[in-house]
Amino acid sequence: MTNHSTRRRSGTRLVALLAIGALAVAACGGSTPSTGGPVTLNALFMKQAAYSEADVKKMSDAFTAANPNITVKAEYVGYDALHDKIVTDQVGGSGSYDIVLMDTPWPAEFVKAGIVTDITDKIPADFKSGVFDSAWTAAAYQGKYYGVPWINDSKFFFFNKKMLADAGITTAPKTWDDVVAAATAIKAKGTVKFPIVASWKQAEAVICDWTQLAGVMGGATFIDDQGKATFNTGGGLAALTFMKKLLDDGLVNPASLGFGEDDVNNTMSAGQAAMALNWTYGYAVMNDPAQSKVSGQVEVVASPGKGSVATSGVNGGMSMAVTKSSKHPDEALKFALWMASQKSQEMDTTLAFPMWKASFEDTAVTKANPAFFAAAKVQFAGLVARPVVPYYTKLSNALQVAIQTALQGKSTPEQALNDVAAKLADLQK
Amino acid sequence: MSGAVPGRTPRLRTKPWPETWVAAAFVAPAALVILLVVLVPLLRALWMSLFDISLVRPGVEPFVGLRNYIEQLTSGDFWGATGRALFFTVTSTALELSLGLGLALLMDQPLRFRWLLRSIVILPWALPTIVNALMWRWIDNAEYGALNAVLTQTGLLHDYQPWLSNSDLAMWMVVLADVWKMTPFVAILLLAALQSVDRELIQVAMVDGASSRQAFRLILLPLITPVIMIVLILRTMEAFKVFDIVWIMTGGGPANATQTVAIYAYQTAYQGFDFGRGAALGYIIAVVIMALAAIYLRLLGRTGR
Repeated sequence: MTNHSTRRRSGTRLVALLAIGALAVAACGGSTPSTGGPVTLNALFMKQAAYSEADVKKMSDAFTAANPNITVKAEYVGYDALHDKIVTDQVGGSGSYDIVLMDTPWPAEFVKAGIVTDITDKIPADFKSGVFDSAWTAAAYQGKYYGVPWINDSKFFFFNKKMLADAGITTAPKTWDDVVAAATAIKAKGTVKFPIVASWKQAEAVICDWTQLAGVMGGATFIDDQGKATFNTGGGLAALTFMKKLLDDGLVNPASLGFGEDDVNNTMSAGQAAMALNWTYGYAVMNDPAQSKVSGQVEVVASPGKGSVATSGVNGGMSMAVTKSSKHPDEALKFALWMASQKSQEMDTTLAFPMWKASFEDTAVTKANPAFFAAAKVQFAGLVARPVVPYYTKLSNALQVAIQTALQGKSTPEQALNDVAAKLADLQK
Repeated sequence: MSGAVPGRTPRLRTKPWPETWVAAAFVAPAALVILLVVLVPLLRALWMSLFDISLVRPGVEPFVGLRNYIEQLTSGDFWGATGRALFFTVTSTALELSLGLGLALLMDQPLRFRWLLRSIVILPWALPTIVNALMWRWIDNAEYGALNAVLTQTGLLHDYQPWLSNSDLAMWMVVLADVWKMTPFVAILLLAALQSVDRELIQVAMVDGASSRQAFRLILLPLITPVIMIVLILRTMEAFKVFDIVWIMTGGGPANATQTVAIYAYQTAYQGFDFGRGAALGYIIAVVIMALAAIYLRLLGRTGR
C-alpha cells in the first residue's frame, strides 16, 4: 500500500519535473521575433582576403555600442569553406545564421535554393546612388537585391620594384606583353627562377585569375543569353592559352597549380617571385616587415591590359545577405547596412577599399595610399564578373579541373574547355 | 550467511520480468538514439536517392527510380574517382601494413629503450587528422616546405619539386601523409598480437632447427593473421572513404588527381546542390565498403579456424 502510493507520488513528481524542463527549454529557445528586447545576431564572415577579424570587430563593436539591445556573434571561416558551410547550415535545417557573406557568383544559387531574403524595397536611396555599380553584382539577381554590398575587391598587379630595376626595368608593366618582357629579363638575370607566382590551385582562385585575364584578351562573357557556352572561344580560350605559355616558358612557378592567395603572398614576401596578381590585402601583407623579407619593395598598379583594353579586373565583391531562416531579419538588415555604411568602410582601408564612390574623392581617406586608390579607381570602373547562374558552383568545379588539366599539359586548352562546354547541359540540370 | 535454505531461492512477492525483457529495457534508450540518428537518416537518404532532388529547384522533385544509380555507374567521373580511391586504399594499406609489421617486430624485441620507442611511435597517431594534413601541406610546400629543403640540401634532389601541384605526385604525397599517421595504429595492434603468442612455440621450433625466418613465416605469421585481417578490414574501409586528409592537403586537385569517391560525392551534393545523386553516391560507397568487409570477414573466418 505504502509502496504503491510512493511510486505514484514519484511518478507525479517526474511528470512535474519534465514539464518544468520543457518550459525551461522553450524559454531558452526564445524564438519569438521580438521588437526592442535583447536580440542576438549570428553572422558568418570570411577569414581570408579583405577585412580582417579585427576590422570586422571594430565595425561591429561600433554597431553594438549604438544598438545596445543587439549582440552580434561573428564566426569566421576560410573562403573555400564559406559556400558549403552556408549551404549545410541553411539547407540542413538548423539555420543558425542570421546573416552570411555572399560572393559575386552565388546570388542565383542562393535565391533559387531559398537561402537569402529579398531586400529590394529596404535599400536606402543613398546606397543605390553612392556605391560602385560593380559592387551590386554580389547582391543582385534578376533585377532584385538579396544582399547589401560590403566588400569591393579585385585582383591587382603586384611587383617587386627592386627585382625589376635590377633587370633594367624601371617603369611598371602596363600590358601583359610588358609583364612577359619583364619576367623574361628577370629570369635571364637569374634573380629568381620563376619570376611570376599565381594562385592557380583547384579552387575558385584559379577561376578568378582566368576571368581577369579573359577580360583583357577578348572578353569574359562565359555563357551567352541562351545559356550556351562561350568560355571555350574568345577571351576564355585566349586567357588559358596565355597561362599555359607562361608555364611552358618557365615564367610562372609550376607550384602555382597548388597555390592559393596566401601562398602567393608568402612566395612574394620570401623574395622568391617578382610579380603576382592578388587581392587588395596582398599589399599590406607583402609590405609588412613582420612577415615579409621584401617589405617596402612591393608596389601595386592596375591589372595589365592587352591590345586596346587598358585594364580589367575580376569582380571580387561580396555582399551581406539576410537568411530566410533569420528570426530577426530587421535587426540583421540594420547590422548589414551599418557594416556597409561609408563611415564603417572608411574606418580602415588597409586591407579593403570602401565601395563608396565618394571615398575615392576624399583626400582624407585616400591619403592612406594615394597611388593604390588611384589604381583601384581605374580598375573598379571596368570589372568583369563570373557568370551569375544557378549552377555556378558545378560550372566552376568543372572549369577548375579543365584549366588545370590544360595547364598540366594533359590536354590542350581548346580541348579542355570544349570538354566542359560539351557537358554544360548536364551541369545546367 | 543469511540463513536461506540452500538450493531454494527466496520467493519474490511479484513475478520478475523475463530476462530478455529486462535486457530489452536496458538497451531501449540506446537503441532509440541509434534509430533516430542512424537509421532514420539512412532510410531518408535511400529515399532521396530515388528522386531528382536539386536544391536550386525547391518543390520540383520527380521520382526517377534507379536513374541516379545508373547515371553514376555509367559516368566516367564516378569511375575515375573510384579508381583514385582504390589506388589510395591499396597503396596506403599495403605500406601501413608492411611498415607497421616491421615496427611491431622491432618493438617486440627486448631493447633497452623499448618503452621510449613505443611512446614515440604512437605520437603521429595521436595527432588529429586535420593537424596532420595541415602539417604535411606545409612540409610539401614547393617554396618553403621542409621536404624540398631536406632533399636539396642533402643533394638527393637538384630542383625544388612542386609536390602537391603536380598531378603525378600529389596522390603519393597524400598517401605518404596517411601512412605516416596510420602506421603506428597498425603497429600497436600487431604488437599486441605478437605479445599474445606463446614464446615457447618459437623456442621449440628453433631447438628443432628452424631458422628465425622460418619461425616467423611458419609459426608467428599464421598466429597473428587474424589480427592482420582485422587491421586490413579497418584500414581498407577507412581508406576507401577517405575525405579529410585529401580535402585539407589538395582539395581534390590538381586537375582532380586526388579527387577520391568521397570527395566526388561531397562535391555533387554540397557544391552541386544535387542531393539525389549525392545520396545515391553515398549508397554506392556504402555497398562497396560492405562488400569489401564481407570478403575480408569470409577470409578471416577461414584463417581463424
